[in-house]
Amino acid sequence: MKHIKTLTNKTLQNTVKKGGCGECQTSCQSACKTSCTVGNQTCEHSK
Amino acid sequence: MVHQYKNNGYNMVLDVASGSVHVVDDLSYDVIGLYESHSIEEIKQELTAYDKTDIEEAYKEVTELKDAGVLFTEDCYEKYICEFKERPTVVKALCLHIAHDCNLACKYCFAEEGEYKGRRALMSAEVGKKALDFLVKSSGNRRNLEVDFFGGEPLMNFDVVKEIVTYGRSLEEENHKKFRFTLTTNGVLLNDDIMEFANREMDNVVLSVDGRKEVHDYMRPFRNGKGSYDFIIDKFKKFADSRNQQKYYVRGTFTHHNLDFSKDVFHLADEGFEQISVEPVVAPETEDYAITEEDLPKIMEEYDILAKEMVKREKNGEGFTFFHFMIDLTGGPCVAKRLSGCGSGTEYLAVTPWGDLYPCHQFVGQEEFCMGNVFEGIVREDIVKDFKATCVYTKDECRKCFARFYCSGGCSANSYNFNGTIDGTYEIGCQLERKRVECALMVKAALALEKETENEEAE
Repeated sequence: MKHIKTLTNKTLQNTVKKGGCGECQTSCQSACKTSCTVGNQTCEHSK
Repeated sequence: MVHQYKNNGYNMVLDVASGSVHVVDDLSYDVIGLYESHSIEEIKQELTAYDKTDIEEAYKEVTELKDAGVLFTEDCYEKYICEFKERPTVVKALCLHIAHDCNLACKYCFAEEGEYKGRRALMSAEVGKKALDFLVKSSGNRRNLEVDFFGGEPLMNFDVVKEIVTYGRSLEEENHKKFRFTLTTNGVLLNDDIMEFANREMDNVVLSVDGRKEVHDYMRPFRNGKGSYDFIIDKFKKFADSRNQQKYYVRGTFTHHNLDFSKDVFHLADEGFEQISVEPVVAPETEDYAITEEDLPKIMEEYDILAKEMVKREKNGEGFTFFHFMIDLTGGPCVAKRLSGCGSGTEYLAVTPWGDLYPCHQFVGQEEFCMGNVFEGIVREDIVKDFKATCVYTKDECRKCFARFYCSGGCSANSYNFNGTIDGTYEIGCQLERKRVECALMVKAALALEKETENEEAE
């Protein structure tokens, strides 16, 4: 495209089917103990 | 819902419900702003500064992306998340309060020098082992179990930490579990033996340091008032290097007294740390160090400075990770994880030195949230139910917010402390989170476009 560059190649809708296994880290277990930082966690299946 | 904003010379467009991120030129930025409420003809009339053929071209691109499900997508997850939240949950993570005692007297400590509104106490090995038994028993088919050694200062009770880890390892095979241990420490008692043990057994270590010496020493003194920076910094450097600069964070807190916290982040980076987290203090307005509404413009500016500098350093091969800017555009968590909350009170619980269970470390000491203990298990299912019921769709503020897929509805403890309910939001925290998401996406865009340019030049 000439005017728009898309940085993502996967959408959140794609994660509905296979998501929710719960094997990933809980957010406060990483570094954060005072806010909620779920978006920066890693999916266990993408490791 | 589309969120568009300009940052560091980039026109950013986030399609909230699909998580798609686009970097666009000025023309399509304006077209996207009008797209949903205007026809193509109206847009042409409105945007007189642009050539009409160009407008048509940009409009076509926007439409293509909309048809591809990466722009103007609807949030259709509410039913899915509500059903997901109703599933039987298991406990998969515990925060063990190994020591309700501390050798520092940090001014902002929510544990009140380690005591959590209670008495000084150390967890016994018996309670720690019972906690692991409780976790194994309560974790269903979940294989990966997380245990954080927290305090107060856990190294004040390190022999018990070692005993609990050994016990945990002995449970793994027969129960088909894998423990991931984390240690959070202020570094005062850190030594070579502890580092060696941690490097063998701890999946992650969190090292508390606020940044510049004067900033750190002001908020993190010993009980005699003397600063602790010189005592810990070299040990932390050695520790980080011994872990190959991975699987650790130096973690600091910024307050009203160091609103220029980007300097603290850069200080830590300049000292050689590559995994850095520096977070805003959460404190009632009555504290002199609390962050207030008036501080927000300065903090926003600092996040911008930080983001810009991170791009620059990354390009020069001197990059570092800033925890609050971590966003994985190609992977990252699933929708279920993103929208169902942090897991406090359901999947994640805190254990006091005497074995009581609380929804998370921040609720410890608030008796009304005591859920049971590691000997008898959870006896207050009503508390589990309350925590299970909260998610982004139960909060009006979240429904309208573009950042809801990144914070998962925010921190229940913060909401409780500021609003008296676990099912609300903490406005200052929300404003900062939105700014961090914007900065994080800009950093990703800047680096991706840089790489693209490099590749084009190489061809």
